[in-house]
Amino acid sequence: MLIKLTGGTVYDPASGIDGQQQDIYIQDGRIVNKPVEDIQVDREYDLKGKTVMAGAIDMHTHIGGGKVNIARTLMPEGHRADPVARTHSTRSGCGHATPSTFVTGYRYAEMGYTTGFEPAVLPTNARQAHMEMADIPILDKGGYIMLGSDDYLLRMMAAKKDQKAINDYVAWTIHAAKGIGVKVVNAGGISAFKFNQRRLDLDEQNSHYGVTPRAILKTLATAVKELGIAHPLHVHGCNLGVPGNMNTTLDTIQGIGGLPLHLTHIQFHSYGTEGDFKFSSGAAQIAETINKNKNITVDVGQIMFGQTVTASGDSMIQFINHKHASPNKWVTMDIECDAGCGIVPFKYKDQNFVNALQWAIGLETFLLVDDPWRISLTTDHPNGAPFTSYPHLIRLLMDRSFRNEVLSTIHPEAQKMTTLASINREYSLQEIAIMTRAGAARLIGLKDRGGLGSGNWGDVTVYTDNADRQLMFEKPAYVFKDGELVVKDGKIVHTKWGTTHVVKPDFDVSVEKDLRKYFDRFLTMKLDNFKISDDEITEDGRGSLTVHPTKGEAV
Amino acid sequence: MAEITEVPSPFCGIGTDDLTIQVDGVLLKVTKNGCTVNTPAFEQGITDTRPRVDGKEVNLGAAVAKAAALLKAANQPVIGGCATDVSGMRALLALADRIGAVVDNMNFTGARRNFLVLQDSGWINTTLTEVKNRCDLLLVVGVDIEAFAPRFFEHYLWNEASMFLDDTGKREVIYLGQAPSGNASTSPNGKKAQVFECPLSALPEVAAVLRALVKGNPIREALAGGVAVADLQAIADKLKAAKYSVVTWAAGALAYSQAELTVQTLSEMVKDLNSQNTRSSGLTLGGKEGDQTANQVCGWTTGYPARMRFSSGFPEYDPYLNDANFLLDNGEADAFVWVQAFNAGAVPPVTAVPTIVVGRSGMTFEKEPDVFIPVGTPGIDHAGHAYRMDNVVAIRLKKLRDSGLPTTAQVLSAIEQAL
Ligand SMILES: [Zn+2]
Repeated sequence: MLIKLTGGTVYDPASGIDGQQQDIYIQDGRIVNKPVEDIQVDREYDLKGKTVMAGAIDMHTHIGGGKVNIARTLMPEGHRADPVARTHSTRSGCGHATPSTFVTGYRYAEMGYTTGFEPAVLPTNARQAHMEMADIPILDKGGYIMLGSDDYLLRMMAAKKDQKAINDYVAWTIHAAKGIGVKVVNAGGISAFKFNQRRLDLDEQNSHYGVTPRAILKTLATAVKELGIAHPLHVHGCNLGVPGNMNTTLDTIQGIGGLPLHLTHIQFHSYGTEGDFKFSSGAAQIAETINKNKNITVDVGQIMFGQTVTASGDSMIQFINHKHASPNKWVTMDIECDAGCGIVPFKYKDQNFVNALQWAIGLETFLLVDDPWRISLTTDHPNGAPFTSYPHLIRLLMDRSFRNEVLSTIHPEAQKMTTLASINREYSLQEIAIMTRAGAARLIGLKDRGGLGSGNWGDVTVYTDNADRQLMFEKPAYVFKDGELVVKDGKIVHTKWGTTHVVKPDFDVSVEKDLRKYFDRFLTMKLDNFKISDDEITEDGRGSLTVHPTKGEAV
Repeated sequence: MAEITEVPSPFCGIGTDDLTIQVDGVLLKVTKNGCTVNTPAFEQGITDTRPRVDGKEVNLGAAVAKAAALLKAANQPVIGGCATDVSGMRALLALADRIGAVVDNMNFTGARRNFLVLQDSGWINTTLTEVKNRCDLLLVVGVDIEAFAPRFFEHYLWNEASMFLDDTGKREVIYLGQAPSGNASTSPNGKKAQVFECPLSALPEVAAVLRALVKGNPIREALAGGVAVADLQAIADKLKAAKYSVVTWAAGALAYSQAELTVQTLSEMVKDLNSQNTRSSGLTLGGKEGDQTANQVCGWTTGYPARMRFSSGFPEYDPYLNDANFLLDNGEADAFVWVQAFNAGAVPPVTAVPTIVVGRSGMTFEKEPDVFIPVGTPGIDHAGHAYRMDNVVAIRLKKLRDSGLPTTAQVLSAIEQAL
């Protein structure tokens, strides 16, 4: 099967192509160079005047796993307001803040996204995360394995085990839970909450283990680097949402000693304590520090006004946040001496000073970080807003007058506390393509996604140019996944199953000796029953497993 | 003959995975770590291997075709039971979506007492490994745990080693309402549980007074629901003094009207404790016969727990009106599918509407269904996944023998294909 996409204007930062008119050929799922003359083109699409990008990649979106399903169950009123009917090619479901799995796949694809990564896969809940993601059609997916409050790691650190032993444990866990990266959430804080600590600063000790968040970050960042995992340690920092936490964030960056770190939903970690309300924007200082420290990447976690539900591994902070629950219902859980979670519905209001300033802080961050390769476009779905708000967010970034128009409607005190109105920057299409495609792929280590050069998989999104960027990005003309046309005029026309991206870093198998003892003594599952096998991912006929090499390994 | 070790059980709800099972052809024998719930469930023999239509044995294709014809002719089909593994539920929901069916898990009327609370106010809950390592006080409300899951105490309270307790034998166990039927709750060093009995119907009052005492509100009466307020005060004090108390209940056991209000009182009490500078968590007992599995898979597929319908072309949830028994009794259903792959004893309610049973081999019916298709049991005849009671851990079920029985998923997908 040879497909030709003819005459579109191509934005492919991965190959350095910035708005050039070019034909793209897709053969049997992959992009190929222009074939030798006499090969028959099976299907040609005339894309003259259209904008062509690779399929977009959401590198941080809560789309699968226990806390997402609790969030779904918690909010039937949200689903009632957004029912999605069955069609001849799609399943029924529901939408809004935490859509059903099928609708998650459809709505992402309908916006031109072809890949999403669940950032908080607890090892003990990884089966569920993968089973849910297996029910998300079209998208490729993957997960970051959450460590840092698991008692095994904390015991190792308290016992001063060497880095090599920790690396083996981290690698073993990635294998067992089938991840592509490692995430840490409120390092050690989820564990500390179980010991009744209610806050944990960067240099504060977990009362049981005597281990600090800073030490955990350093240990895990080192493990990720030494194991050759492409995606840097994915960090949900300490003190999320706490006024003044910008200092924690700056300290985290300064203290990591140049190790690669990805600071996620940085917006929630960029707060100062100035002004009448003792709540201010730290975005300028944070962005300046990011600009200077090339080892740091971020995603924003932009908030949007409206109802959502926050689902986080950070049980400590979510317990505090329950005071803001709207509607007033919430869940926190301690989980398996492994992790925790907290689910709190939120209604972000433009006439609430804090919410309004949070909105501005996110946008300031986008606009003040210079290098689009080091910043990803996220709302921390659904925590800042549902992923369906991305086209609106893109318009805010690309259209200064629109941005200022919205700015003029938010809480007046918040308008005074942000520099947003004075920032002239407008994102270009190429910069959007970097943030949502090439940069995200590079950041996670996907070599053949996020680009349109030959050898890439045929994940392609075609937009109809429109000065209103929200309309343009809401409704692509065509979306191809692995070379198959899945969306036409913003509607699903065909579905398929994506692959699950993982890494399998090397480890010393003797790591299982101590682990087995630990499982038998303290956990409630046998070690061999804990490990997820490859066939668990593929046995229902829902996709495949794609193993990415770690650095040092031959491709 | 083969011996398979570390076998996980989908039957007891607490996710025990240390069984040793001897396999001789299709005969199973639990040789290690069995219990009164798991052993008979694993050892039950295979009787039916062939499907039946109108009581006559037919091949699978004919049974599937008949089932599809019955469903095609129906205006409002209802799928009950919903007792199967994750793949089975996936296929069940695909079929239900296609035919516009009502989906109702057989344990939902019990589970509803929890869901109403979750969806109204939420809770703070924990999981079994946390109980095993942290719980220093277990308050058991209205349930006889050892009858529910015989090895609960052995596994999760009287474990030899715990990460955060010096001596697990010093844990305190307090029963409120229902007294235990045996001595499983007595610690290995002989420490007995405290028991404060009251009738089930008094639990709302007892729970409310206990919560009031935890909050420090004065109670002027000497008795609440037959329990001395002084005793409840002592429980409240212990809850406040504990480092990590766990309050457990089984929604199914709270079989009285509006028991969700009791669940809510307990859950809010747990929240109160966490706002008084200590930690406390709830723990809901359940997870039998795929009930958590049904709610989980239905949750991610539709957004709602497993008492919902597709009859409008999209998912709609009503925890009362979509009760399969209610719909059958009211004449609102015109075809009924019963899916029960775990328990041959759990047969469908007798109904006049055309009935299709996709069930564990060995079911005996008061009224022969129009179609009966025996299927394999997840964790015995085929691999699969099931959720444990704490709703976080999905256990990987093993295939133990080659029975040739199809899986629930295969049968339901075949019916969907045949429509
Ligand atoms: Zn997140």
